[in-house]
Amino acid sequence: MLTLEAESIEIIREAVATARNPVMMYSIGKDSSVMLHLARKAFYPAPPPFPLLHVDTGWKFAEMYLHRTRMVEESGMKLITHTNPEGVAAGVNPFTHGSNYHTDVMKTQALKQALNALGSDVVFGGARRDEEKSRAKERVFSFRAAGHRWDPKAQRPELWNLYNTHVKSDETIRVFPISNWTELDIWQYIHAEGIPIVPLYLAAERPVVQRDGQWIMVDDDRYPFAPGEQAVMKRVRFRTLGCWPLTAAVESDADTLEAVIAETFNARSSERQGRLIDADTPGSMEKKKQEGYF
Amino acid sequence: MNDLHARDIVSFLEEQRNKQTLRFITCGSVDDGKSTLIGRLLFESKSIFDDQLEALESDSRQYGTQGEKTDLALLVDGLQAEREQGITIDVAYRFFATDRRRFIVADTPGHEQYTRNMATGASTAELAVILIDARKGVLTQTRRHSRIAAMMGIRHIVLAVNKMDLVGFDEAVYNGIIADYQAFAVDFGFLSTQAIPLSGLDGDNVLHRSAQTPWYSGPSLMEYLDTVDVSDTSERAAFRMPVQWVNRPNLDFRGFCGRIAEGTLHPGDAVRVLPSGVQTRVKAILAGFDAVETAHPGDAVTVTLTEEVDASRGDVLVAAAAPPEVADQFEAKLLWMVEHAMTPGRQYLMKIACKEVTATITAIKYREDVNTGAHLAAKSLGLNEIAVVNLSTGAPLVFEPYGVNRVMGGFILIDKLTFETVGAGMIDFALRRASTIHWQMLEINKSERAAQKHQASRCIWFTGLSGSGKSTIANLLEKRLHAEGKHTYVLDGENVRHGLNRDLGFTEADRVENVRRVAEVARLMADAGLIVLVSFISPYTSERRMARDLFEPGEFVEVFVDTPVEECERRDAKGLYARARQGGLENFTGIDSPYERPQAPEVHLRTPEMSPEDCVEAVLRALA
Repeated sequence: MLTLEAESIEIIREAVATARNPVMMYSIGKDSSVMLHLARKAFYPAPPPFPLLHVDTGWKFAEMYLHRTRMVEESGMKLITHTNPEGVAAGVNPFTHGSNYHTDVMKTQALKQALNALGSDVVFGGARRDEEKSRAKERVFSFRAAGHRWDPKAQRPELWNLYNTHVKSDETIRVFPISNWTELDIWQYIHAEGIPIVPLYLAAERPVVQRDGQWIMVDDDRYPFAPGEQAVMKRVRFRTLGCWPLTAAVESDADTLEAVIAETFNARSSERQGRLIDADTPGSMEKKKQEGYF
Repeated sequence: MNDLHARDIVSFLEEQRNKQTLRFITCGSVDDGKSTLIGRLLFESKSIFDDQLEALESDSRQYGTQGEKTDLALLVDGLQAEREQGITIDVAYRFFATDRRRFIVADTPGHEQYTRNMATGASTAELAVILIDARKGVLTQTRRHSRIAAMMGIRHIVLAVNKMDLVGFDEAVYNGIIADYQAFAVDFGFLSTQAIPLSGLDGDNVLHRSAQTPWYSGPSLMEYLDTVDVSDTSERAAFRMPVQWVNRPNLDFRGFCGRIAEGTLHPGDAVRVLPSGVQTRVKAILAGFDAVETAHPGDAVTVTLTEEVDASRGDVLVAAAAPPEVADQFEAKLLWMVEHAMTPGRQYLMKIACKEVTATITAIKYREDVNTGAHLAAKSLGLNEIAVVNLSTGAPLVFEPYGVNRVMGGFILIDKLTFETVGAGMIDFALRRASTIHWQMLEINKSERAAQKHQASRCIWFTGLSGSGKSTIANLLEKRLHAEGKHTYVLDGENVRHGLNRDLGFTEADRVENVRRVAEVARLMADAGLIVLVSFISPYTSERRMARDLFEPGEFVEVFVDTPVEECERRDAKGLYARARQGGLENFTGIDSPYERPQAPEVHLRTPEMSPEDCVEAVLRALA
């Protein structure tokens, strides 16, 4: 655990020491929370010398927005938010346009817009290698060609902890400081360090509907009920957080951090199961990444 | 691991926090069953979730190679291209844990064309699991894997004799393989070698000892990985910490951030900043938000010092009483990682610890055959080739031999133009200490010499194809300058090859050396206060840049004589193009050897639109 922490802090410092204009992706989820905590430790007593970037689809859980406000205050960092204005104008939403189109316009395209506007050469992300098969070969310093494209064949070898941080003016690097953490590591660290997390990770009675065998929480009045359909109260929690219509809840009684860890440890299904975008086609995450998805 | 209840959680978390991490690499070729074995380790340690298993079963039907059996190898063969080809081509990192340890596995391909991938995985590993197919025994690849593991500093080996099921779990076969292995591995200096008879496909001796091998009394693979002692001695070594970042939020706080490479540190310890050598004491050590009394190797800390000393990124904080060596000439092992060959004399960026300097390979002592270890003569180094080289750096480096400390002795080389990572190296020792060679400081300097001649030192570098008109223009320009009372000299490619460079041919390696020598001579002449006119084809961007770097800003004037190859060939004053076309001249620039056009020369002369006189005027305007 201590080795993991030191390794991540080293990565964050290395990126900042060599970057022109770094920015940290902040998605409000547990991985982002850990990454932010590590960044604060890396530069203490100074605040981290870069802003946070939240690509806001407009469909995050209400509790996530509250948490975001709290963490920005606590860290003393600058927060930049960006929502794809074209997507908003076109009224893109996950219900009428489907998860693929919504994700592409409101996340992938929005992210590119934000990064182009900021002119960031280094972007921190909270991805982990244990999340998905194509991530296992992701570099810690993941090189992106012009247009933010990820070419799996053009990645630089990473020996020791020596990272080649050079880029040309139209190229960027995505840096993943928690590459080597597992889901269990994340929870243990949150517990050990007392890192604040969004309460949705803990079980509570919440209004949900069943869609395609998954529990979807009705977080606000934008949910398009089918005729006769109505929300039921269930004791649920979330293993991962994203856009509320695209993030399935799991039935659970784990209402304390300790219980969540016990449940995670005994879990028989992986956390990305609650993410509706991975299931589309084989190699779908690999394709999304090549297009610029985080 | 057993199921866990929330009430056990506090003790569980305490155990987890203190759990050791073991990093290992698995080496084997496509058919050795390596991916299957890792898949089995993940499966047996319950690191595979139900939905992943379901996906695996559907993948097995589509891509699997195990017929009706679930193909565990598909758990680890990540990228789609690889799945379709049925091979692993990159380094993938996998994670699993037992009650005692957490493991990070670097899964790398074993073929010779993936030597660099294996070296990458091995660079952070403490142990290597070397797979051997029991039917085939010790092969060339086994030697290669062992050699790379040893070179990268791995000291613990597991010899996994796999596919024992296919040789009927025959003890004699197994013993024969171990004897073969030990016979050649003695030279590698491994601290421990544990052989284990396995079947990755069926799980024999993977998690539990198998009933199929009653003659084997050693541990299962998982038992061994769980208990093997790989602790090193860095804790007891003298303190070293490369400065990664200087934290200076306000005038009252100045902290030096980094990860401790060796030794331990306490407040009050006497430390030195290298290379400057300034001595001071540790005031406090911050680990995250907390001040600590002791810091250990691997810890990421922020150190404050009792005195205001000047230290920046790339400097090294060391124990005052036991400083490491500082040098700028080294012998090192080098692994080349890109298609484009390494050529001695060319300049690269070198990153070591947190320091980046320029570096040049001054000589290849020998290339090492990665399979046999044989020493071979070499003038250049290709992809996946390994050599022992002499290395010269642009600034002195604080270092330790790689065998003593990986952080202080491992480096990467980066191409100055493309920024690719082109090589990985390990310092063996310094050829001489930087402190023993000082530039002889002379009382009369360059500007005084130039001032006496009423001029400023310059190097005017004409580059262009053979027959482009470089020498004609240089000659005219010298006449003009001479008439104005300037002190000049022309270094002409042809003329220099009759004397100083008569030992060089026209291969890429020789061309690089040709340019290097001329650039150095031009620098000496400029130092003498002269205006030097260099007329050299100098086809490669990197050599022209190397020449430019030898001069002070503004001193070097690159003149690109841009004449189309058709025009040069039409003129062909020396009949060289005709000979090259007939195959009588190899490596002729413009015909069968490339010319890399300058991107931003100070003067760009487009002939034949410009007359030689116009060209001279253009250069004179640039000099004014």
